[in-house]
Amino acid sequence: MEDRISELKEMARLCRIDIVKMTHAANAGHPGGSLSAIDSMVALYGTIMRFDTSNPDWDDRDRFVMSKGHASPAMYALLHQMGVLEESDLMSFRTLGSVCQGHVDMNWTEGVDFSAGSLGMGLSFGLGCALSARMDASERRIWVMLGDGETQEGQVWEAAMAANYHNVNNLRVIVDRNRIQNDDFMEVQMEIGDIGAKFESFGWSSREVDGHDMSELVEALQWTENIDSGPIAIIANTTKGKGVSFMEDNPEFHGKAPNNEELGIALEELS
Amino acid sequence: MSAPSIGGASRDGYGKALLRLSDDPRVVVLEADLGKSTKSCHFREEFPERTFSMGIAEQNMMLVAAGMASSGKVPFASTFAIFTERAFEQVRNGIARPGLNVHICGSHGGIHTGTDGSSAQSIEDLSIYRTIPKMTVIHPCDDLSAEELTVQLLGISGPSYMRTARNKVRRMYDDQSKLGLKIGVGSILEEGSDVAIIACGVMVEQARNAASTLANDGIECTVVDMHTIKPLDTELLAILSERCGCFVSAEDHSVIGGLGGALSEWITTSKTVPLEMVGVRDRFGESGGTSELMEEVGLTSEAICQAARNSINRKNSS
Repeated sequence: MEDRISELKEMARLCRIDIVKMTHAANAGHPGGSLSAIDSMVALYGTIMRFDTSNPDWDDRDRFVMSKGHASPAMYALLHQMGVLEESDLMSFRTLGSVCQGHVDMNWTEGVDFSAGSLGMGLSFGLGCALSARMDASERRIWVMLGDGETQEGQVWEAAMAANYHNVNNLRVIVDRNRIQNDDFMEVQMEIGDIGAKFESFGWSSREVDGHDMSELVEALQWTENIDSGPIAIIANTTKGKGVSFMEDNPEFHGKAPNNEELGIALEELS
Repeated sequence: MSAPSIGGASRDGYGKALLRLSDDPRVVVLEADLGKSTKSCHFREEFPERTFSMGIAEQNMMLVAAGMASSGKVPFASTFAIFTERAFEQVRNGIARPGLNVHICGSHGGIHTGTDGSSAQSIEDLSIYRTIPKMTVIHPCDDLSAEELTVQLLGISGPSYMRTARNKVRRMYDDQSKLGLKIGVGSILEEGSDVAIIACGVMVEQARNAASTLANDGIECTVVDMHTIKPLDTELLAILSERCGCFVSAEDHSVIGGLGGALSEWITTSKTVPLEMVGVRDRFGESGGTSELMEEVGLTSEAICQAARNSINRKNSS
C-alpha cells in the first residue's frame, strides 16, 4: 500500500507539472482549482475508479462528471498521465480545434463524460447517470467533482434533494473545498459554511478529509465502498494552487496562467 | 374559441404519444410536479418505474435528463412552457451543446392559457429555443398532430422543444390526415393563390377561420400549419412565395423571434415579398378568459384577415 501511495503522489506531481505547462502554453485557463482538485482525482482514478483506457466508451465504466469544468487542466493532465491524451494535446489547450477545450467537453475529449462550463449542473447530470445505471442494473458508479464555490448554485441542492429522494446508492461526490472562488475568498464573497452537514441534512453520508493527503484520500474512497445505501459526499479540504508556492491560497490564480518566469519557478518547485 | 367540447388540446396528444412510445424501453419521462397538467401523468400511471418526479426544480430536471440521455435513455421532460425558460441555460449548455437526445415539452404556452395571467403565458419560448443550434422546435395545433409529432421525435437526432397548449381547440386533422404530418414539413391545410397564411399552434384554427371569411370576398388563401418552427420548411415557403407572393404569420407568441421572426429572417435574406405578422406585440398578457384575452391581444381571425388584406395590398402596390 505504501508503494501504491508513493506512486499516486508521483502521478499527482506529474499532473501538476502538466497543469502549469498547459496553462502557460495557452496563456489562459484555471491553474488554481486544477492544482487543488488533482490529488483526489488521481486517488480516485488510481484506486477504485472502473474504466478502460483502451475502451473509453465501455458502457459499464464508472462515470466521472467534472462539474467544476474550468479545472479542465486537471482532467487533461490526468488523461495524459493515463495515456489517453498526448503531450501535444495538452500544449494545444484552448486553441482552435484542440481536443482540450477550455472547459471539459464530452464531445471533444475521449474519457470525458460531461460537457461542463456552467457551474452547478454536474450533480444533476450525475444523478441522471445514476438513475440510468440503476434502470440498466449496471454496477457502474457515478463520481461528481464539485467546487466549493459552485455549491452556491441552488441547482446543486435541488440535485442533492432529488438524489436522496430517489435513493441512489451509486452516486458519489467529491467537493474540492479550496475556499476560494473567482473574485476572492469564499468568506468574502459568499461563505456557505459546513458543506458536509448540508449534504447530510439532505440524507447523504459525508466525510471530511485532507484533500492533499493521498493516504487519507484513498482511505475515504475505500470507505465509500462499504456504504450500501444512499448518496455519498467526500469533502476534500484543499489549498487552491497547491504545490506552487505563489499560487497557493492566492485568488489571483483562479483564472490566470503563469508567465514565463512564473512557469520556471513552478517547474522548479514541482521537480 | 374557448374550450369547445369536441376536439382536443395539444397537451392531450402529448400524453397519448408518450404511451405509444412506451414500447421503446429507452423512453423515460421526467416531471416537475405538473404531470397532471402536461399529461405525462398517463405514462406515470402505466410505467411508474420509468417516470421520475423531479419536484419543483426544473434546472435539476433538465440536467438529470441530460445525464440519462448520455447513458442511452431517451428522456421526455415536461413542465409549463414558462418554467422551462427558467432552465434555459441548462437546456443550452447541458442538453443542446453536447447534442443529447432530450425532448422537452412546455405545456400551457401562449396567451391562450388564459386566467392564470401573464406569469404563466409564455410568449417567448419558441424564440429562445429557436436560437439554440441544432435544436428542433415544434408547436402543434391540436391533439392529433401533437400526438403524431411527439411520436416522431424518437426518430430525430438531438434535442427538441415542443410547446403544447392548455385548452381544447377544433381539430385540424383527423386520424387519416394526421398520418401525413412530418417534422420539418409544413402542412398545407387550405390552398389559394392570393396570400399564404403561415400559422402555428392555436392560431392555425384562426387562420382557417380567416381564410373562410376572406373567401367570401373572393380572396383565396393558402393556410399552412407550420408546426415545426425549426428547422423551418423553407422549401415550401419558396414555393408559396412564387404562388402567392405575400405572407401572413399567425402565432400565439411574440412577433419578435418566433414563427413570424423566422419567416422574416428567411424572407429578408431570400425574397422580396411582403410579410404581415399576427402575434403578441411586445407586451405581456393578463388574466382573462381565453377568447376575451385573445381579442385583447389581437390574436383573432379578424386580425389575420386584416393582415392578409394589408399583405396583398403591399404586394399589389410594389
